Amino acid sequence: MSYQYKIGCSLSNLKGIRDFVRTSLKHHDVPEVELSAIILALDEMCSNLMIHAHHCNPDHVLELHITMPKKNAFIFDIIDDGNVFDINRFSEPNLDNLVFEKRKGGLGIRLVKSIMDKVEYLNQNSKNICRLTKEIHK
Amino acid sequence: MVRIKRIQEDKIDVIVINGEIDASSSIELDLTIAKSVGEGFKKILVDCTSLEYISSAGLGVFMSYIEEFKDSGIGMVLFGMKDKVENTFSILGLAELLHISIDKQEAKKLVDELSV
Repeated sequence: MSYQYKIGCSLSNLKGIRDFVRTSLKHHDVPEVELSAIILALDEMCSNLMIHAHHCNPDHVLELHITMPKKNAFIFDIIDDGNVFDINRFSEPNLDNLVFEKRKGGLGIRLVKSIMDKVEYLNQNSKNICRLTKEIHK
Repeated sequence: MVRIKRIQEDKIDVIVINGEIDASSSIELDLTIAKSVGEGFKKILVDCTSLEYISSAGLGVFMSYIEEFKDSGIGMVLFGMKDKVENTFSILGLAELLHISIDKQEAKKLVDELSV
C-alpha cells in the first residue's frame, strides 16, 4: 500500500494535505482520535517546512508518501529539496515560558513529538526526507 | 476555511468559530480576540461547537492571551469542544492553562468568576 501527494508550499494548501491523509487512512481502521492526531502531526510538519525551509513559496513543492510496512503501522515521508528543518535540533519549549513570553509559535514541535513514535531525517538522491513513523496500538 | 462571528449577550462577547483553524487561518482568530479586547469586553466566551480542527497556530493564539487576560482581569472560557479537538489541547496539557467548559451554561458561570 502506498499513497502519494504533491503540493506547493503555500499555507492555503494545508487543508489539501489534511484531506489527503484522511482519505489515505480511511480504510485502515484507525480510530478517529488517533487519525485526527496523525493528521495534525502531518499538518504541523508540513507547515513548519513551508514556513521555515521554503518561506511559503508556492512554486516550491513538497511530496508526501504514505506507506504501511505492516498492519497498523504507518510511515509518512515528506520529501523536499529545501534546507533541512530538523525538529530534533529544537528542544521542546516549556509551556510556562511560552505563556510568559506571549509566544504564538513553538507548540507544533511538541505536538509532533508527542503524537509520532519517531521523527527522523534522511537524504536520498539529493532530496531531504523527513520520516514520521506511527504504530497504532489497539 | 474558517468563519468567525461575534455575538454580544449581557456584556459577554461570544466568539463563534465555524470550521478549521490552521497556520493559514489563525490570524482571523487572533484579530477577532484582539477586537473583542479592544472594545473593552471583560467576559469572552469561545463557542467551539462547530470547530472541526485546530493546529498549534490556533492554540498559540489562545496561549498568547493568557498573561494579558490575567493582568487585566479578562475572563475567557472555551466551550463545546468535540473530542478530537479537545484531544489536541490535552496532548499539550493546555486544558490546565486555559479555561474549558463542557457547555455554554457552565462557561457563563465560570467567566463570571474569572472576570473582575
